Amino acid sequence: MDKFIKSLSWGLIAALVWTGAAMAAPPSQVLGVREKLPNGLVWLFSEQSGLPLVTLKLLVKAGTLQDPPGKEGLANLAAVLLLSGTKKRSATQIAQELDFLGAKLSAAGGDDFAEVSLTILKKDLAAGLDLLQDILLHPAFAPPEVRRKVAEIRASLKSDEDEPMVVAARAFNKDLFGAFPYGHPIRGTQEGLAAITPKDLQGFHSRYWRPNNAILCVAGDLTQDEARKWVTQIFGSWPEGKIPAVKLPPIPALKDRQVVVIDKDITQANIIWGNLGIARSNPDFYALQVMNYILGGGGFASRLMDNIRVNRGLAYSVSSQFDPGLEAGIYAVTLETKNRSSAEAVDQVLAEIRRIQKQPVTAAELSDAKSYLIGSFPRKMDSLSRRAWLMGYVEFYGLGLDYPWRYPDLIQKLTPGDIQRVAEKYLHPDQSLLVVVGKKSAMPPPFGAGPRPGAEEKKDGQKKTHP
Amino acid sequence: MMINACIGNALKSISRSRQRFLAVALACLLVSAGFSLPVAAADAGPFDHVVEHQLKNGLKVLLLREARAPIISLQVWYRVGSRNEELGKTGISHLNEHMMFKGTKKYGPKDFSRLIQKAGGDDNAFTGRDYTAYFENGPKTELTRWLEMEADRMRNLRVSQADFDTEKKVVLEERRLRTEDDPISFLQEEVMAAAFKAHPYQWPVIGWFHDIESITREEFLQRYRQYYEPNNCTVVVVGDIEPQETLKQIELAFGAIPAGPEPPKVTALEPRQYGERRVVVHREAQFPFIMMLYHTPNWQDQDAYPLEVLARILSQGRSSRLYHNLVYKQHLALDVGADYNFDHIDPSVFTIYGQPLPGKTVEQVEAALNTEVKRLQTEQVGAKELQKVKNQAVAGFYMRLDSLFYRGMLLGKLETVAKWTLIKDFVPKIMQVTAADVQRVAKKYLVADNRNVGILSPIKTEKPKMERFKSGGQVH
Repeated sequence: MDKFIKSLSWGLIAALVWTGAAMAAPPSQVLGVREKLPNGLVWLFSEQSGLPLVTLKLLVKAGTLQDPPGKEGLANLAAVLLLSGTKKRSATQIAQELDFLGAKLSAAGGDDFAEVSLTILKKDLAAGLDLLQDILLHPAFAPPEVRRKVAEIRASLKSDEDEPMVVAARAFNKDLFGAFPYGHPIRGTQEGLAAITPKDLQGFHSRYWRPNNAILCVAGDLTQDEARKWVTQIFGSWPEGKIPAVKLPPIPALKDRQVVVIDKDITQANIIWGNLGIARSNPDFYALQVMNYILGGGGFASRLMDNIRVNRGLAYSVSSQFDPGLEAGIYAVTLETKNRSSAEAVDQVLAEIRRIQKQPVTAAELSDAKSYLIGSFPRKMDSLSRRAWLMGYVEFYGLGLDYPWRYPDLIQKLTPGDIQRVAEKYLHPDQSLLVVVGKKSAMPPPFGAGPRPGAEEKKDGQKKTHP
Repeated sequence: MMINACIGNALKSISRSRQRFLAVALACLLVSAGFSLPVAAADAGPFDHVVEHQLKNGLKVLLLREARAPIISLQVWYRVGSRNEELGKTGISHLNEHMMFKGTKKYGPKDFSRLIQKAGGDDNAFTGRDYTAYFENGPKTELTRWLEMEADRMRNLRVSQADFDTEKKVVLEERRLRTEDDPISFLQEEVMAAAFKAHPYQWPVIGWFHDIESITREEFLQRYRQYYEPNNCTVVVVGDIEPQETLKQIELAFGAIPAGPEPPKVTALEPRQYGERRVVVHREAQFPFIMMLYHTPNWQDQDAYPLEVLARILSQGRSSRLYHNLVYKQHLALDVGADYNFDHIDPSVFTIYGQPLPGKTVEQVEAALNTEVKRLQTEQVGAKELQKVKNQAVAGFYMRLDSLFYRGMLLGKLETVAKWTLIKDFVPKIMQVTAADVQRVAKKYLVADNRNVGILSPIKTEKPKMERFKSGGQVH
């Protein structure tokens, strides 16, 4: 599900981008200040003095894209194991120190980058940063800790399969991306995790966890001078390195409509329809964002919700989302409906997709979508954690710290023709993938029928796809 | 995501909230996560400037200025939830919540959320055992309109039979999604039903499937008229407001609505339990799961604060006893936790739960959980560990206040289930908790006779079969 989780949170973010409204924005109309240490670490800072707190977020370009084939899950493991011991602190000591400060420290993998976050009371900053520096620069990757964490992640991957939508999302991503790394969960695969050694982790860490491959965001109750002093002291000694380029396999093209049905004894069909979407750098991002809001990203203002939930009562949740990363991500519609409504719901999804491709959106729909996207942006930066996150996002994807103030124009200028053009260009009902997880015997044809003549019987869903 | 129903159940932290409900699920989590305040907050805290007022019609108003951005959170809290229901009609409060988006004479059935989103706002609602709440978050310039819309739907809802029938189907889909197809949620319902036999906390907030199916439009309307009235409601606004000005706007929007008759009192009280109850659920699942529910008092009892501390000793952070011992050291469990919320209208439960790792059994996890409970009863918690929990409470408080919406929820929820000023008592009372208090409440409540154990016992099934066929245009 990781891929989807990411896509959904991106969706939220995407839905958050804002207007020129009078936020707590500095007069210069930027999210914060940007500086660079001699070792190449770019750091961003925004003073926010409402609460006695400081938040730091470190983004390291060491995500799923950097997972070597056969070691799926290495990037995530290298991140989460930072909390499991350093050369001078055991995992237990780290946990005790953090909890005694009441601080929150997390390390997690991601598709495009790994992220370490620390939120702490200002009075405890020195102790928190000492710990942060230690886990970043001197992780131990001790064999017993690696074994323990691998066993835990493998079990949680399995446990997640009790959520039918996770089963669907995993099948969808795997079939859509093939051997491309976005096709496997951020946490990896059973086989990939089993193959990872402590040496792999040390190697990965020393290759990618480098200041010149990272972005640091600091927000909170500090002056810029205080922030600079801390950043220099804690991160200045981090040695830079040469970052190896990654060779990525191609994403296979869908040639026709593919349908995957997974039989499970449940009351609902969990459905994902979609195809490959776009990368974040694609200039069509903005038009696609507006199109997506109207189609299925805009909650009750969207056509899919109106048709499938409000008018037909077929689903509690139905939405569309896209997931633009460094590389092209998914474009997908997801919904759950009782098994016997599965075919009707999918018909309606496809009908709405065809409608938005064939007819221009109305002036009212377009203007409502624009005013939502623009007007809701300020709430993406109205708290410490959100502001730190947004700074990292705009820097990572090269949008610039003035992005929030440029965004309204990017949205405002779009026309119905732009919306129709991206719907035609990026939605491909005839070359798409449909995954349905539900109770086959309770579903009508085509999902409830057996495989057609000449159909390919899919093998075990857990089977290794990345040699 | 705009999903207008979030079921606030008693054991939120073990229900795995679906990512697509991220925003709302998070909000729910926050509500149930308890809260805490630093000592300092009592005299110079963020809640020091709360403006409290009551209109003549009984409407309660709580306002908190926080001008960090030109944004507000408006929240309307009704004192009605699944606690105010009866068998055969369970889920009617939550169903009512859904119907609140179906329009009035002035705003058509599809206008409500659209108008709010059009202005850059987001709206949603959630139902719990003790409350139903509606909210709008967004630009402060919309406040007047949103107040007017909320006041309008307090009394003037219009729901056609067709809309009612369709929305019921949506709620049934919601129940399938949340419970029917989720083995741990299903277990949670079963064990709550075992723990309570005399009190309405026994049934799930979303209601039993057949009850939802059989509730009629007339029954819903009668209920709506009975509970949706100013004297059963608290309006909260947090954000970039001038409180006196906002008060005038609220008076203008809600002031003319007459007070209604007091809603019926819920008099049920769960009697003392004499002896453990165990329930087993046999369903398809990857791994087993165990949860243990102990009856405990709520905020009205002095034991509530030691119980809050107890829950944190057991499960806050990776150095907490359950994580450190069961997950880290003994490698028995994939997931463990303890959960206690003192903010219920009536006494509820203290929960301890665990999910065994592959190769480990529920019996092993149960024995290990019981060992931890026993240790709390026989040995006093050390000074450093107690201090750690108090430090976590203070830091955690500030961290949660980073969200405007959360500040509003604290006020609204506490005022609805108790009184909002509890915020000011909380930290001083947590700080007063001693090691002896913790030991005393562990001995008093975490005992076998007061325990309700639920076990998810997975049934063996064939592996899911996956097949693929080319639809070649035949699918649609």
